[in-house]
Amino acid sequence: MSSTDNPPMPEIQLEPGALRHLAEAQVNVELDTGDMILNLGPQHPATHGTLRLVVRLDGERVVSADPVIGYMHRGYEKLAEYRTYPQITTLVNRIDWLSSFANEVPFVDAAERLMCVEAPPRAQYIRTVLTELSRISTFYLFLGEMALQVGALTPAFYGFRDREYVLNLIEGATGGRFHPNFNRIGGLKDDLPWGWISETREVMKKMLDGCDEFEDLVAGNEIFQARTRSIGIVPGELGAAYGMSGSNLRASGVDWDLRRDGRPYLVYPELDFKVWTHPDGDSYARYWVRLQETRESCRMVLQLLDQMPSGPITAKVPRIIKVPAGEVWTEVENPLGQMGYYVVSKGATGPFRVKIRSASFSNVSIMPWLLRGVYVPDVITILASLYFILGDIDR
Amino acid sequence: MPDEPTEETAGEEEIAEPELLTDEQAALLAVFEAELGGGVIEHADAFGTLVVRIRPDSWRRSAEIAKTKLHCDYLSFVSGIDWQPMVAPRSNDDGGNDTSAPVQPTEMTFGTAGSAGRFQVFAHVQSTSRHHGVTLKTDVDADMPTAESWTSVYPGADWHERECAEMFGIGFSGHPNLRKLYLPAEFEGHPLRKDFALLAREVKPWPGLVDVEAMPGDDSPAEDGSG
Repeated sequence: MSSTDNPPMPEIQLEPGALRHLAEAQVNVELDTGDMILNLGPQHPATHGTLRLVVRLDGERVVSADPVIGYMHRGYEKLAEYRTYPQITTLVNRIDWLSSFANEVPFVDAAERLMCVEAPPRAQYIRTVLTELSRISTFYLFLGEMALQVGALTPAFYGFRDREYVLNLIEGATGGRFHPNFNRIGGLKDDLPWGWISETREVMKKMLDGCDEFEDLVAGNEIFQARTRSIGIVPGELGAAYGMSGSNLRASGVDWDLRRDGRPYLVYPELDFKVWTHPDGDSYARYWVRLQETRESCRMVLQLLDQMPSGPITAKVPRIIKVPAGEVWTEVENPLGQMGYYVVSKGATGPFRVKIRSASFSNVSIMPWLLRGVYVPDVITILASLYFILGDIDR
Repeated sequence: MPDEPTEETAGEEEIAEPELLTDEQAALLAVFEAELGGGVIEHADAFGTLVVRIRPDSWRRSAEIAKTKLHCDYLSFVSGIDWQPMVAPRSNDDGGNDTSAPVQPTEMTFGTAGSAGRFQVFAHVQSTSRHHGVTLKTDVDADMPTAESWTSVYPGADWHERECAEMFGIGFSGHPNLRKLYLPAEFEGHPLRKDFALLAREVKPWPGLVDVEAMPGDDSPAEDGSG
């Protein structure tokens, strides 16, 4: 670990059991070095929830890895068919529970588009601010926790501590730390409280400083780089074909961000921001890209607060919301990647079918390919760097 | 439902549709029509997204075209849909006070770009370089529900198709390993089919008005619920 050079990519050519005769010759007894099966999880601190990973090992090297999911499957697509549109925002809150507000936005957007209703500008701005705040809080947890997975304890506390400032802001505006349920079809539940904007400005400065701290403490750390550089490389093309999205894909050099490149939504077209990419595609690149994106989000929040218009926060919508028949696909750039809803309406008060496209599901489906041939300790850093939320996989 | 009379009406719509498409959508559609010929049954615009309905025997080919000819390198999702009307929760039958549950139409109607029967598989692919996307649909026979697998084109279709298979009971020919993804191996039934009742609603009616407290100054006591 003292070397700062990039360690070479592990060679995958080694066949399972290839070292067998070598071991037999050395020990000169009947020694079976056949594959060992290791169960990681369902309850394991490195899996961020109830993910089970069945890993077949040849010595320290992974021969195959098979993720077993579904321990937290709550059947939201089925439940959504039995609920009305306003009730469903409560459900979608709990898909990716670290950025609940960001989950609500595309669903509400889908209903609004089907109804041909548009939220007023102030509501759009507040939605954008809260979406970016969700992104900052989600990424702050990652920035700290990723360091924890390679053995550094301190940054994890910094991550948790600073994230709390942002959660306090979200709580101040919406009433809920994790599950705001703040969006309404046609606008928002409430306006911002007094003093919230100036407090947010203060916190954003603090968060920008915190990013510098992470850059020095973690990203610039020799040991961290040795553990993450050239580990878990995802080629951009393959990542896209697997449906990997968001920061994970941008860390593989794919310059694609739905805030800039997708169908225009919220007030992103009016914002000035940079989309960060990294050509390497390894665990380090994923950390680096998220670090830069956290900074960018802080700057975006400051921009938004400067431009915040006044006015109403809800459009005129009927008391009982009936959505005309039709189909709509909405997609947004969530902190973890592309989040989308394919909503089929038949003109009732509830949807006929909701397909929930969550980011982590596809991000994790690349794991059998990605983990083949890596060493056991690297499994943990790769899992951490992909950054998934179990609720976002299982839905 | 093989003999649905939707085919004729679909033909009429086709004449009115093309002017609704943007230039970009028309260009995408033209590639599909040129490559697949009769493989494209119908198309429509769904709030800015091009929806193309593909013949079942051209399903895998359509993915190849999207990936190679249209630069759609990114697979968003593959999923299924059951167009049959939902069985109403039993608690609704007695006309109880369940006003919260959505009441869906009782006859089978199809969505954008139509359908030949009860089941459909649909997918969305996108281009990370050209920034366009297209939704593709194909019909699945209700008696022998199978569709062609996309795993050889998009490796990410693996899990999506496994999910679709367990939730709708739709098989995917050419899929390497179509075991259950979320559900336990011994689970019976296909939960996202419309005739699979949501057990929670059968056992206990949705409270509906029961939860509503009386407003301050309102003399009439709150509804005492269904029992």
